[in-house]
Order: sequence, then structure tokens, then C-alpha cells
Amino acid sequence: MIAGPHGTELQEGPSMVENKVTPTSVRRREFLAGTAMLLFNATPLGAATISGQLPWTPNAGSPPSRIKLGPWEFFTGEEGRTMEAIADCVIPPDPETPGGKEAGCAVFVDRQLAGPYGQQDGLYIRPPFVKGTKSQGSQSEVGPAQKYREALGSFDRACKSRYSGKAFADLSAAERDAVLKGLESGDVKLDGADGKAFFEQAIKDIQMGFFADPLYGGNRDMVAWKMIGYPGARYNYLDWVNRHNERFPLPPVGMTGRAEWTSQAR
Amino acid sequence: MDLSGSVKSHMPRKLPKKDVVIIGFGWTGAIMANELTDEGLDVIALERGPWRDAPTDFPPGYMQDELRYRVRHELFLRPDQLTFTFRNKIDQTALPIRSWGAFMPPNGVGGGGVHWNAEMWRFLPSDFVLKTHLTERYGKDFLPEDMTIQDWGITYDELEPHYDRFEYLCGTSGTAGNLNGKIMEGGNPFEGPRSRPYPTPAQAQPFSHTLFGKAARELGYKPFPQPSGNLSQAYTNPLGLQMGPCTYCGFCEWFGCSNYSKASPQTTILPYLIRKPNFSARDNSEVVKINVDRSGKHATGVTFVDTSGEKWEQPADLVILSAFSLFNVQLLLHSKIGMPYDPASNTGVIGRNYTHQTISTVNGFFDHKKFNFNPFIASGAIGMCIDEFNGDNFDHGPHGFVGGGYVGQVQTGARPIESTLTPPGTPKWGAAWKSAVRDNYLSTVKPGTGVHGSSYAYRDVYLGLDPTYKDRFGRPLMQITMDLHDNEVKQNRFLTDKFAEIIKAMGADHVAKHYRTAPYDITQYQTTHVNGGAIMGTDPSTSALNRYLQHWDVPNLFVLGASAFPQNAGYNPTLTVAALAYWAAAAIRDKYLKNSGRLIDA
Repeated sequence: MIAGPHGTELQEGPSMVENKVTPTSVRRREFLAGTAMLLFNATPLGAATISGQLPWTPNAGSPPSRIKLGPWEFFTGEEGRTMEAIADCVIPPDPETPGGKEAGCAVFVDRQLAGPYGQQDGLYIRPPFVKGTKSQGSQSEVGPAQKYREALGSFDRACKSRYSGKAFADLSAAERDAVLKGLESGDVKLDGADGKAFFEQAIKDIQMGFFADPLYGGNRDMVAWKMIGYPGARYNYLDWVNRHNERFPLPPVGMTGRAEWTSQAR
Repeated sequence: MDLSGSVKSHMPRKLPKKDVVIIGFGWTGAIMANELTDEGLDVIALERGPWRDAPTDFPPGYMQDELRYRVRHELFLRPDQLTFTFRNKIDQTALPIRSWGAFMPPNGVGGGGVHWNAEMWRFLPSDFVLKTHLTERYGKDFLPEDMTIQDWGITYDELEPHYDRFEYLCGTSGTAGNLNGKIMEGGNPFEGPRSRPYPTPAQAQPFSHTLFGKAARELGYKPFPQPSGNLSQAYTNPLGLQMGPCTYCGFCEWFGCSNYSKASPQTTILPYLIRKPNFSARDNSEVVKINVDRSGKHATGVTFVDTSGEKWEQPADLVILSAFSLFNVQLLLHSKIGMPYDPASNTGVIGRNYTHQTISTVNGFFDHKKFNFNPFIASGAIGMCIDEFNGDNFDHGPHGFVGGGYVGQVQTGARPIESTLTPPGTPKWGAAWKSAVRDNYLSTVKPGTGVHGSSYAYRDVYLGLDPTYKDRFGRPLMQITMDLHDNEVKQNRFLTDKFAEIIKAMGADHVAKHYRTAPYDITQYQTTHVNGGAIMGTDPSTSALNRYLQHWDVPNLFVLGASAFPQNAGYNPTLTVAALAYWAAAAIRDKYLKNSGRLIDA
């Protein structure tokens, strides 16, 4: 045995001291999200022997990072305009609570598609790709990003051919609802894409953005949480567990606090 | 084995021999390591995933992140690293589970013990002698012909001290229902006799959970608080480790506890174990094979690969296989230890009697002007339950099925992505959807796994190796063949209807029942209680392990975990998994170390 840092006993063999002294640039979260990639590219974050005391490395578990405000990262300008219009149909604005567009739901979907989710990172994507039964789950070779791209392109063409060259975002409210109801029922078909599946996914992703922490781009200023009465990222209700049928009085907090506390909080 | 591509090509580097090598460092690995180091043995535990703990991985500043931990599965194994193939029927082509659905395998130190709900259920005495019990009560013709349930080879009374030990390790909060044979008011009157009360009183119950208890009592049932590993008060366990009271934050399942309030290997064992000089662990190290000598009857150690692709051999005198249930079975198949099960000839043992759980739920929508449940106030194992319809607690004769489960308002919180439900008939989007979400969030009862039914074994439900799909080492993926049989579908319909009656009696305006129906769907989450495939029993031709969890063919290999369950009961499995680990550890300490060899004659 040899003495390691902080009195840790590092045993002979594959202990490789550097492992627990990982530079914060190679963070656990990236490692977890891309295990396979990192397996093929030697990384300083690897196996370590743990003995004597519990290991602790600052930020080893990787704190979350807030999305960057600014231009679309995945969508083209036209795609983004369409998605914002869809978001406002799925979650229409009302006098008390903003709609999906103002709440940032399209921004949420954009950042998700630009990130690991869009590319199926971490999922099993080895061939062969065979269509199975519904109970066997999706067997798609391409990820959500490519599916959105194809469906949005086809959706744009379908709208323009139906409404004399008008894009979805330029239609009247009644026309937009009619198109989306058509997608939902299967009456409006998309060329080269499954319109019904696309709209179901879009509803799910837009609503997810509405209810996720504002740090991901949607639910701006916690509008959705305020609407439903969810207090957010709190962790202690000991004083409230026995107070039955009383409304919890405090407004929500997000992981980055509250909008009025920080200039950039969303 | 083709390890090209990800593993460096030279022969494994051989490490100095240990007394014991433990494969998988979750609950059972940690329990066994602590027990065997107490015997003075030199023990190493190997864990595929990373080290994890509250201060770095789930601190209170950002642990309440539903998107990251629940939706994107932050703390779970990536299917990319290892997954399974799945089909309903033997004549179908199995296809890979490309993203998790019906269950979500753990990864990392602490295993599923990090992100579980901490429900602390004991199985019923009759569950351990199930085949004998049901045959005696209903006759052998009552059971479906292809049902392959078995007795465990162990009794409740034998396991009781080990249940007790784990309950006290964890500080479990609950109300005793049967204290040394005496039925206690307020507890579960159907539970087996326990030798002492729970170490801490039951958790406080939020409004809707209390209402469920009241409605159930008025209907003539005997409701009781769910036994919980989220503690009602501060507790110091027998190893001297301290836990704080649960704060009811509502982030247990899928999440790590930042408050040191939920029982996990990290809060109840590891800080004690790690100080022992005869113990060490390695993270990010995946065991790819259990090695045996030429006779095939003696394990010599394991081969593992670390995340840099380096391959190592760890020799040891005793091998403890304590990974997640499915990975135990997979490693036995890849190591060619034990005869693989063949459903056609009904021979072989590895892969036999695979089971899951039969889960359904009923959501209740209440008048928001009269009811405010503050549903975000909860814990993972909170709830009021009844056990009248579990196991064989009721006469199955008139109903034409066997098995059952507890039902209860066990809502674990109201994270808003998953908990913004609307009454039946509401559009899925638009203004009507939005106002329904606004009006219902605080006044909806969403019990999640409210109907927690058993899953019994069948000849055509099993695990094997897939002929087509490979993992990143080039090894075949394990193949799951699983469907719901009529017995479980009938059981679920019966229980779900009974459950809905209670939700209705709570005062719900609308009740939405969600039955579990065939075919078994790999995309629909039920629980991560997948069991069997390397089961314990009394006959080496139908079980992989003897009653001490010792492998019949390789006596210096013990296999812990729910893979040993001959079939699954209507309860969460962890307490039984942990009790069996203590039971096996006692057999090793008291018997095996004195005379290494088969503890039972075949």
C-alpha cells in the first residue's frame, strides 16, 4: 500500500491516483451522458480505488447549467417561428398566465434538441433497426432532432399548399387550430413524416418545457408553477405536512432563485 | 469473448488475491462486505458505475430537478452501456430496449438504494411457501397449468431476524401490526409476527393520504401507514451512523436524498465500512466474467474492465455476485455457470422464473374549491395502505385467480411534468387543457403504484441470450421473454376495482381507472422490481441456488438479490432482498467459513 492524498490508502494495482483528482472540465455528467464515447477516448475520469475514507471531489456530480439566451441553437428561424406558433396553440395565453411562446416553451424544445436528447445520446443505437410491435418500443435509428427537422419541413409544405402559400405562423387562430386538430386526428397527413406522432411529441415536449425548471428555457419566471400552485425547488415541508386543506402560502423558487433576485433569472 | 474495440488487447493484468470479491456495490454488496469484513476477511467490492453521494451528486440546491433526474434518467444506467432485448412471445423476434421504460436499472455505488422510494415491506409468511400453501388450500387444479411458482426453501420465521436487522439498520418508520403474534391496532394485521416494534414511529401523513385511510376504514378495511425508509425522526443506527428526519420534499423516487433522511448504503453502511482496513472498493469497474477452474466447480475470481478499457483479473477465494437482478443472471450466462433454462424442454435453471410486478393506478379528481391536497408534500414511502387483497389474505376460490397486492394512496409527490393530470375527457392541449390543469393540480389524487400486485412465474416467461444484438464488448445482450398471463390480468382488474371504490369514497368527483392489460409493454413504467432468473430453492434441477443463496454447482459463489425470488409477491422487494443478504451472510459466517463446500446436499 502507498499513502494517497489526505491520508487515503491507495492500494497496489489499478488505483491510478489521478482518477479522483479529476479536472472539473471533464465532469461526471458528461461522462455519464457519453459513456461509450469516453470509453473509446481515454479520459482522466476513470476507475479509482476507494478505501480508508469516502471520496469527495468538488462538483463531481456536475451542477446544472442554465441555457444561454439568444438565437436558436437547433431550429432555423422559420422552424422556430412555427414552433412558437404551435406552442401558443398547445398553451394559449390567457389574462392570468402567458402562453407557450412567451413562457419560452419553443426555446426549451430548441435547447433540448440541440443537446444530448436530440441525438439519442446514451441510448442503445446499434443495428439492426427492425420495426417491432408497439410493446417493444421505438426502434428508430434517428433521434428526435432529425425527426423534428423532417416533420417541421413537411408540416410547412402541408400548410402552404393548403392555405395558398401561407406558413403556419401566419394563419388565423381558427386555421391553426384546424390544422393541429387535423394532425391529431390523422386527417392532415404529412409527406414523408408521421404527422400524428410529430404533434403528439410536440405537445409532450412543449408541456414539459412549461413545467420544467426555468433554467431549461421554458416556464419563464415560473409562470406555470404560479398557475398551478407548485412551490418549486424547495426541500422542507416539515411544518406543513400536518396542515391539511390549507393553501401553502409561499411563491415558487427555481434552481436559480427568482426572477427579481437576479438579472438573468428566467 | 470478443472484447475488441473498447478493451486494450493484452491479457488481463492480475491483481493480488483477495479473500472475497464482491460484484456490484449496492445494498446487498454493502451488507455482505460489512458482514464479511467483521470476520477479518480481506474484501474488495467492484462497482460498474461511479461513486455517488449527497454533497456532490444530489445536493439540496439542485436535486429537485424533475427533468434531469426523472425524465432524462441522470442517476441510471445508460442503455448505451448495457441493455436487454425484449419480446412478448417465444415465436417473436426480440428487439433491443433502446431507452428505459418498464423498469430502470441502477448504476453506481449504492445501486438502486440511492434513488429508491424506500418502501420497507416484509413478505407474508405464505409467500415463502407459495406452491405448497395454494395447493393445499385450493387444490393443484386451481393453478394455471403453465404457472411455475415454487417454494423458496426458507420460511418467514427463519428470515424474521434478518428482516428485523435491516429495519433497524435503516431506522424504518412504521406501525407494527403483529408483535410476536399479537395483532396491534393501527398496523397491518396481515403481516407476519415481528419480534419488536419499528425503530421509529410512522411518518406523518399528508391530507389525501389521511383521507384514504379514513375512507378505507369506513368501508370496513384496516388501513395502516406504509413502512418507510424515509425517517419520521432523527435516528442513530447500530453502526453509529446518524440520519435526519425526512422533510417531505417529495423527491425520493428517481432522486437521491440530499438530507440524509432516506435509508441508502451511503447513509446506513458505507461511512462505517470504508474505515475498515480490510475493505476497499473500486468504482467505474465492470465485471465481465466470473472465472472458474477446469473442473467448472470452483470460482477463481473475476475479470473486470475499467473505464479506460484496461482489463484486470481479481483472484479471490469467495465470489459474491450482488449486482442488480438482471445483471446477475446475465453474468452467469456469460460466464457459463449453471445450465441455461430451455422453455421447450423445461430444463436448465439460469433464466428460469423471471417475473416483474403487476402495477396499476386509479386517479381521483376532486372539487378544487373544497379540497387542497398540497400534493407536493410527500415522501417516497409515504402513504396509507390496506392489505386485505394481498397474497392469500382473502379467499381466491370465487375469483379464479391467485395472488394480489397492497393498494393505497402512496403518492410520492407532485413533480409538475408528470403530475399535471386532467379529468377524463379533457382535450390534450389548448385553452380547455390549460384551465383543467390549473384547476386540478392541487386537488388530484395520483397514487402512482397504488395497486401493487404480485407477478407469478410461467414456463414461457424467462431470460436467455439474444442471437442478434450485442453489447459494447461484443457479447450477446440478454433477452427477456415476458407477457402478462390471464391470472395477473384478472388479479389486476379485481384489485383496481376495489381500489377505485375507496378513491370514490374519499369524495372524488371523477375516478380514472388505469388497468394493467396484456400485452406486457416494455415502454410503460411499472416498477424496477424485476426478479428471478437465478432462483433459490430445494431442487437443483429447478433452482440455481440453494436456500443459502449458494450456487448449487459452484459452492464458493453466492448470488444475492431479487434474482433469487422464485416469483414476486405483492410488495416492494428491497427489504426481502436485504434480509436474504443478511441470511446468506450468516450462513457464510456460521457455516461456510468453517467448512467451505456445499452447505446443502443436492
